[in-house]
Amino acid sequence: MADTLTPVLSDNWDQIRSWQLSSYQRSGGYDALRKALAMQPADVVATVKDSGLRGRGGAGFPTGMKWQFIPQDNPNPKYLVVNADESEPGTCKDIPLMMASPHTLVEGVVIASYAIRASVAFIYVRGEVLHVIRRLQQAVQEAKDAGYIGTNILGSGYDLDVVVHAGAGAYICGEETALLDSLEGRRGQPRLRPPFPAVAGLYGCPTVINNVESIASVPAIIKNGPDWFSSMGTEKSKGMTLYSLSGHVTRPGQYEAPLGITLRELLDLAGGVREGHELKFWTPGGSSTPLLTSEHLDVPLDYEGVGAVGSMLGTKALQIFDDSVCVVRAVLRWTEFYKHESCGKCTPCREGTWWLVQILERLEKGQGSDEDLDVLLDLSENILGRSFCALGDGATAPITSSIAHFKDEYLAHFENGGCPFDPMASTVFATAGASA
Amino acid sequence: MAENHTTATDKTVPYSTGDSKITDATIAEMREIAARYPVARSALLPMLHLVQSVEGRVTPEGIEACADVLGLTGAEVSAVATFYTMYKRRPVGDYHVGVCTNTLCAVMGGDLIFDRLKQHLDVGNDETTEDGKITLEHLECNAACDYAPVMMVNWEFFDDMTPESATQLVDDLRDGNEVKSPRGATVCTWRETERVLAGYPDGRADEGPTGGKATLAGLRLARERGWTAPGGSSNAETQKED
Repeated sequence: MADTLTPVLSDNWDQIRSWQLSSYQRSGGYDALRKALAMQPADVVATVKDSGLRGRGGAGFPTGMKWQFIPQDNPNPKYLVVNADESEPGTCKDIPLMMASPHTLVEGVVIASYAIRASVAFIYVRGEVLHVIRRLQQAVQEAKDAGYIGTNILGSGYDLDVVVHAGAGAYICGEETALLDSLEGRRGQPRLRPPFPAVAGLYGCPTVINNVESIASVPAIIKNGPDWFSSMGTEKSKGMTLYSLSGHVTRPGQYEAPLGITLRELLDLAGGVREGHELKFWTPGGSSTPLLTSEHLDVPLDYEGVGAVGSMLGTKALQIFDDSVCVVRAVLRWTEFYKHESCGKCTPCREGTWWLVQILERLEKGQGSDEDLDVLLDLSENILGRSFCALGDGATAPITSSIAHFKDEYLAHFENGGCPFDPMASTVFATAGASA
Repeated sequence: MAENHTTATDKTVPYSTGDSKITDATIAEMREIAARYPVARSALLPMLHLVQSVEGRVTPEGIEACADVLGLTGAEVSAVATFYTMYKRRPVGDYHVGVCTNTLCAVMGGDLIFDRLKQHLDVGNDETTEDGKITLEHLECNAACDYAPVMMVNWEFFDDMTPESATQLVDDLRDGNEVKSPRGATVCTWRETERVLAGYPDGRADEGPTGGKATLAGLRLARERGWTAPGGSSNAETQKED
């Protein structure tokens, strides 16, 4: 039985200048790369597959299997693309990881690239995080200078170039095929699949796209072995992961634990919900995962556990909202976000999110009716599953789940002729006596 | 609250002001960026960041320069430039000040902070103060939810904000006082920021801490209680960052 918290990715974050190569090497950094380069690439893939590592960007697809899908008999170059476009509302794990220990990611990039025999790897990082970009740029340069990136890496005969690429502000680019279009210098719009990126990805070549946390988990797996990794977690959800607690919680932040911990346990570690208040609703993995309530405090936070209660583990972005928050206001704001971020390619998402916002605005002002709730649900049904990517699906998640759990609160808006909540009460400075 | 999301469209976008600062040196850097990629067009996003670092916005001359270097039409480059929110067609001030008003930050105080700043600076969303110092914009989630409410100045993090600390921050920026991000470097200008995003490091990566209090919350608890991953930690007993 593993400890309650199991820092692996975060284990060196309290070391002096943990972002520098010298600090990272003092913590055993790049030992895993040496070990990997002494293995056959296929054995590296097998090790990651055996570990049970599943994608940490939301979908939970087995990472080793994704690597195995790369057709090695395809004569085109192969590419690794790291999705560092962390933008899902509530999600805040990759950014602190890259800020504190960019070399963990860079080492994982070199190992993963070697495993799939990529010649170039890209780290596509959202543009709105200047200092993270600086640290990534520096880490890649340090790794080049140390011979971990470049030609004949550590005498292995393996060559790799790594490019840090800054995006320009578009949530949709976190969707893997939109990210590829963006990385090709186009508008970030999703592609129809098949073909999948493993066959025809960047520049039409075989491409693996992995989340930052997935790739950053690879060095520890190579170093300690697949059994070590799978000794943590639950039957089908192996390993440790970063849970990000935010919102109305006493000590918000990053908590690295084996998969399967519950929100009750995490809240206990984080000092509980804001004093004087009770948990009202929460997201298990960002705003695109259906809302849960205090009924779900004991759900194991792994892929199966959260799925079984009708939501998704997603990015493990646990946004905690207490009883001071109006769920209609929260849902309206998320819906405005999806409307703004819809890339416009598919009609159900582009048009649907506009209608959703209009109806929710009316409801929040208390000018709606019961029928509006039916229209919202009907619209949601017509958006769900009818677009190229999951953005439209995500837009419906807060709406359908909030109506399921909090229908009375929507009704209270009509009865009250407006929102019954005081927006000041939910702020962090509510008790400090400050006001706008 | 929907007015948060509207942008003034009644102000015309200057087409060409005839004083483009794109030079042969800029073009040479654009070619340098293009050479980083297996296919040159991949360089378009960083090239547009470079245009903003030189011009203070995406200008028609900047678009044409990108098109020339990459063998594209101006329309093809414009199509890309208008898709991404970080590319600005109107001139941006020295300091781009963003307030997250996505749900979590909004309810934690972001909405009130944004309202206060609009009043204090006498500007609307995506508008610039008359002195050209500050452009105010509401932001979507910036991946720092454990520090809500969050603001960004030239894409550096400002954590756990209040209306008071927000007005103090913009006053300091306007007065030319040195401003440091609690999880980043001393704030540089927006144009300097855009140059880093184009892939030209400014040597400031070593400024600032490894992370803030929330970043380290779980790790500190694990250290206190002696919790580690199986096999122990190689870092538990070594020197700590404060």
